[in-house]
Amino acid sequence: MEPLSNKRKVLEHKPLNFWERIYLPAIAQGLSITMKHFFRKPVTISYPEQKREFSENFRGMHSLKRDEDGRERCTACGLCALSCPAEAITMIAAERQKGEEHLYREEKYAAVYEINMLRCIFCGLCEEACPKEAIYLDGDIVPSEYLRKDFIYGKDKLVEAPLNQ
Amino acid sequence: MGIADIVIKFILVVIIFAISLLIALYSTYAERKVAAFFQDRIGPNRAGPFGLLQPFADGAKMFLKEEIIPTNANAFLFIAGPSLSILTACIGSAVIPWGQKLTIGTHVIDLQVADINVGVLYILGVVSLGVYGVMIGGWASNNKYSLLGAIRAASQNISYELSMGLSIIALLMVTGTLSLREIAEQQHGFWSHGWFTWNFFKQPLGFLLFIVCAFAETNRTPFDLPECETELVGGYHTEYSSMKLGFYLFSEYINMFISSAVMATLYFGGYNFPFMDHIGSPNLVAIIGIAVLFAKIFFFIFFFMWVRWTIPRFRYDQLMDLGWKGLIPLAIANIIVTGIVITFLNR
Repeated sequence: MEPLSNKRKVLEHKPLNFWERIYLPAIAQGLSITMKHFFRKPVTISYPEQKREFSENFRGMHSLKRDEDGRERCTACGLCALSCPAEAITMIAAERQKGEEHLYREEKYAAVYEINMLRCIFCGLCEEACPKEAIYLDGDIVPSEYLRKDFIYGKDKLVEAPLNQ
Repeated sequence: MGIADIVIKFILVVIIFAISLLIALYSTYAERKVAAFFQDRIGPNRAGPFGLLQPFADGAKMFLKEEIIPTNANAFLFIAGPSLSILTACIGSAVIPWGQKLTIGTHVIDLQVADINVGVLYILGVVSLGVYGVMIGGWASNNKYSLLGAIRAASQNISYELSMGLSIIALLMVTGTLSLREIAEQQHGFWSHGWFTWNFFKQPLGFLLFIVCAFAETNRTPFDLPECETELVGGYHTEYSSMKLGFYLFSEYINMFISSAVMATLYFGGYNFPFMDHIGSPNLVAIIGIAVLFAKIFFFIFFFMWVRWTIPRFRYDQLMDLGWKGLIPLAIANIIVTGIVITFLNR
């Protein structure tokens, strides 16, 4: 039968010859290989100081987006929470009052919006579910904390910084 | 021997002790750095500039760890094991000539603690005493894994001591003396009477056997079977913690330093270097000689590490196979060939 790939290699089981049995040529070869690596540039990235570039579609920490006028896009419809397989998202909706039009784009907004980063699996379904293009997982890696409660991120950490006027 | 000589000897002992501890300390750092470079990594670089304080941090950690003596262990022997191990590692440096004699005013300072006429035998004796530290520690732990590790270490060391001794016999036939000082002096310069003076060029096979045995005696890869996580949980020091474990690990590095020094002295001319007769001042020659000796020692330490990060280890039966069926017959053949050559050259 035609082999799928031509990578198959039939190993012959034959006794070692004299040079193989005294090990030394193989050891010298090995030493020269490691010596080549000794002068090679290290591949290490010293993490906190240097960072490796994320790929285009990397999913990191969430951010709640603002529109071009700096108003929060989220309308607290709850589709993200519904779509979340890990049940990491909770929110409490509130109605926009008069005079708050410059803060919230829609008539309803999320007064409390919390994501438990320990539950989140960074699948990106919330991003896909959102009809208002309000949530994106475009942030960095979630930093470490000492306490579990500190992993529950509220709006203070999630909402984008307001636009500079 | 006046009081001044005793004081000078005492100072020399302290300096050599301090240097061997310092080198062992920084060998741990060098090992990690060298390993990193061989694997395209950076290595420890957080503690101090370039991670230079890393060994001190490790040492402090070792001291601060909880000291555990297992209930069913023999407490006296349990403590005696690492103590003996580090003691035998340190006393080997006593007979190594670190340099030519320094002359300061009327004083002649001999840069060797004890110029005994059986120096090579002394080294072999100390090396074989080193097995007791491992053996006692492994036995006193009252743990089957420790005991198995210790038995491995002991049988390995005893097997390789034989071929080490035999490879040295061929060297002694060339040099005609057991004193390390005289062996070093015979290798003066680099070239005389139409041949290299260094013993490596007179005994290449002997050196090869010696270095293989030195790897086995210091329990370094590819002969690091006494330590084995997969089979023995840890090795002969499974039950050890705190600085007692530190002493075991430390004595391995001191052993490496001492065996590098012995190899440099026996086979690579010790403190001798080419064109040393063209330098006028004898004191300058002595000082350069010390630097040269240490350069050779550092090269051998580097070589130990280089091999460690290149070669996988032997299986236990392969190890015994190599020792008994490979090295010992070779060493005996080397003695015979050396004897024949010496006989023909002297005729």
